Amino acid sequence: MNLNDKAHASDNTEAMSAGDSMWIRHKKYLYLTSLALPGLPILTAYLAASTGEGLWLWAYVSSFYLLFSLIDHLLGKDPMNPDAALAKSLVAEKYYVNIMYLATALHWVAVFYIAYVAGTGDWPWYHLLGAALSLGLASGLGLVAGHELGHKVNDKKQMLAAKLILACSGYGHFTIEHNKGHHKDVATPEDPASSRMGESIYRFVFREIPGAARRAWELEGQRLQRQGKRVWSLQNEILQPALVTASAYTLIVAALGWKMLPFLLVASAFAWWQLTCANYVEHYGLKRLKRDDGRYERCLPKHSWNSNSKASNLVLLHLQRHSDHHARPTVPYQILRDYDDVPVLPFGYPFMFVLAMLPPLWFWLMDKRVAAWAEGDLERANVEPAKSERLFRRYHKPLAA
Amino acid sequence: MAKYRCSGCGYQYDEAQGCAREGYPAGTPWASIPEDFPCPDCFVREKPDFQPLSDGDEPSPLSQSSL
Repeated sequence: MNLNDKAHASDNTEAMSAGDSMWIRHKKYLYLTSLALPGLPILTAYLAASTGEGLWLWAYVSSFYLLFSLIDHLLGKDPMNPDAALAKSLVAEKYYVNIMYLATALHWVAVFYIAYVAGTGDWPWYHLLGAALSLGLASGLGLVAGHELGHKVNDKKQMLAAKLILACSGYGHFTIEHNKGHHKDVATPEDPASSRMGESIYRFVFREIPGAARRAWELEGQRLQRQGKRVWSLQNEILQPALVTASAYTLIVAALGWKMLPFLLVASAFAWWQLTCANYVEHYGLKRLKRDDGRYERCLPKHSWNSNSKASNLVLLHLQRHSDHHARPTVPYQILRDYDDVPVLPFGYPFMFVLAMLPPLWFWLMDKRVAAWAEGDLERANVEPAKSERLFRRYHKPLAA
Repeated sequence: MAKYRCSGCGYQYDEAQGCAREGYPAGTPWASIPEDFPCPDCFVREKPDFQPLSDGDEPSPLSQSSL
């Protein structure tokens, strides 16, 4: 049975035990942990302000990756999928969306409150840096909820919330770039948001950020042109969230002084970096093949890396069930499912992000996995041209040869 | 006026309705939609992947299981 048949069959026939069903229903409360992403840096900023200890401003960003990775490892895996009946009832519950509305509000509280604590205290520059990175990490992780909301193109409230939460870090073009650009071109050499085998994250980021911004602007321009509207207008869905960002940042700088400008820029840059990390790990080296008619084969479950790590899937709203997300982008996070035979990351996202920032370790861990995925034929992998010769020498061992 | 359905997510393009948010006004015939038109809901499938609908067809349910 091939992957498609299996996915199809399991959707309808897999019987769920009462225990499995109970666990999936109870997960609803555990998604509230996603509110810790803005909640914890608000708390540490409060502790900094009330104790005068600047190290609190560093607490969130300095402990996040390793602590989250450790918890993620300790809590193990969650491979459970809801069956069709349960999925239907989970989709009907507004609760799951309401968590993200709450997150949207909390992420904005984090922006204003952390900026307030940073801007009104007598902190040395290195503690301000800690505060900016903590805020950036929170806003960057807020893009996960922004991503989920932004896929619900027929729901005005969710689309508005997406714009607002993305505006925390000035990444309002993400919805257009991601839906219309990345989902269309994913796992092809042309996609600036799909990383290539042998491409370090530090090379990738310079292709990803400008490429994604350019693609979003072009796509929105084309849409407005079809509608007979001007690109530079309030109808532009990139300019709308950009105006929210500009207004909020102007307010903060006006109230707290010019030193808040570098603060906000560092915070936003670090938020963007979180998205770069996610894009980097999600499709590393995976490639869709071109068909005879010149179109790419459709995006299949095998074109995304996945993880069933329990803790990170709760906090990151099942983003790591990425194959299913690309197969069914409009489906809400609470029913995203795991599949057999999909590419699996050795760790959850938190630790994969750490590894991504250490290219030799990343390549050592992932390049052999990409080669195995491509069955030794690197022509089938998405390979960085500048590294192609060396990678082919080392990994290209097609079975037919 | 004919209807066409996205084979991925079940979105229906109805010629009578068009798709205003993407700049295709009501009455835009399918033939005038460009070949690289992506599904305006999922953006995964494109015009050649759409299937013509006859009047009795129901939209596919949300949990589209056919990958």
